[in-house]
Amino acid sequence: MAVATKTIKFIAVLVLALSSFSVFAEGGDQDEKGNLIDSPEEIKEYIAHHLKDSHDFHLYTDNASGKHWGFSLPVIVWTKDGLKTFMSSAFHHDDQGKVVVEKGNARLVKLHSKIYELEAGAATVNFDESHHATNAHKVLDFSITKSVFGMLLAGLLMLLGFGALARSYKNGKSIPTGFGRVLEPLVIYVRDDIAKPNIGEKKYRKFMGFLLTVFFFIWILNLLGLTPLGFNVTGQIAVTACLAIFTMVIYMFSGSKDFWAHTLWMPGVPVILRPVLAVIELVGFVLIKPFSLLVRLFANMTAGHFVVMSLIALMITMKKSFGVVGSTGMSLVLALFITVIELLVAFLQAFIFTMLSSLFIGMAVEEHDHH
Amino acid sequence: MYNLIGAGLVVIGGGIGLGQIGGKAMEGIARQPEAAGKIQTAMIIIGALLEGLAFGALILGA
Repeated sequence: MAVATKTIKFIAVLVLALSSFSVFAEGGDQDEKGNLIDSPEEIKEYIAHHLKDSHDFHLYTDNASGKHWGFSLPVIVWTKDGLKTFMSSAFHHDDQGKVVVEKGNARLVKLHSKIYELEAGAATVNFDESHHATNAHKVLDFSITKSVFGMLLAGLLMLLGFGALARSYKNGKSIPTGFGRVLEPLVIYVRDDIAKPNIGEKKYRKFMGFLLTVFFFIWILNLLGLTPLGFNVTGQIAVTACLAIFTMVIYMFSGSKDFWAHTLWMPGVPVILRPVLAVIELVGFVLIKPFSLLVRLFANMTAGHFVVMSLIALMITMKKSFGVVGSTGMSLVLALFITVIELLVAFLQAFIFTMLSSLFIGMAVEEHDHH
Repeated sequence: MYNLIGAGLVVIGGGIGLGQIGGKAMEGIARQPEAAGKIQTAMIIIGALLEGLAFGALILGA
């Protein structure tokens, strides 16, 4: 019971955070010169910065005192001098490569959310005309970035929630108690409406673990993306690519005899066409299906964040023509509207990813009656 | 410039496709309201496949 109560409190905080996305722009975020953002180029840059991963949480900058609110995250990098760990606050919110952090023999700078190591003997970063660093190289970065933190948080939430659900079954009761009652219908929904119809009654059980994990992982991360913390985990192409590769490996390795026979040597077509079809089918299963999975999730979430951020930025761009109250009201109403739609999209994308994964798995494990 | 025109064309194509899917699904549901759940699921899957195609084109274009 104690765990369930804690979980409910955690979710309550999450929901509270959800309801205040528009807090973002009210803070009057600054560019690096300390001016308020007001030109379209600066807004574009700000949105692009939000869509990327970063090494610290930046929530709010107090314009009068120049103080930053937020918290820093650990940086773990592999340099020529070995493994280095420190907090990202060592960079003092610098993103232009100006602050040099010295750790042993390694000198590190942060440039456009990436960490670079200076070459031996160099004191500052030099740039060529296209603003690429000439005397620094990228390091192997294992940092707990914002996205990694988001994924860990999602994992923790899932462990707490589903741990409570599993424990409540252990007592011999068939009805879960506490927060488990919210989760059980969702689990049954995934089982009865996604896994069973697509994979089949006989074989669905083996894949339930993966499907449930992927469904809740994507859904929780999509919802976290709508909080003012500014996560954009499912909008990172590396994350979605990794999830799509998991699906691909699972259906390739659980393919039945019939699946491989139909893929590599399609029965019922002229022999001369069979190699051609085999190439098409193989490319489809190895490349195109995972690619469409990863691009769909990535593009949907990126587009969603972009639209919400742009609508919030309306209060800055429209200030001249509508006045402060008019532009703020307009952007508030539009951003609220789109955020509600994004709540639906967050569920829909998790559903579609799970649905298509189970569809592909179902294609692979299906066995035919031979006539 | 040209990639913006291309993006517009992709959106037009995707819009026509989604309109067809949604319209036919509505017709189907109106004709057989008890099959609404199944039709909706199939509609979302086809919509997702179409979306994947359109997003692929948009990403390759941009």
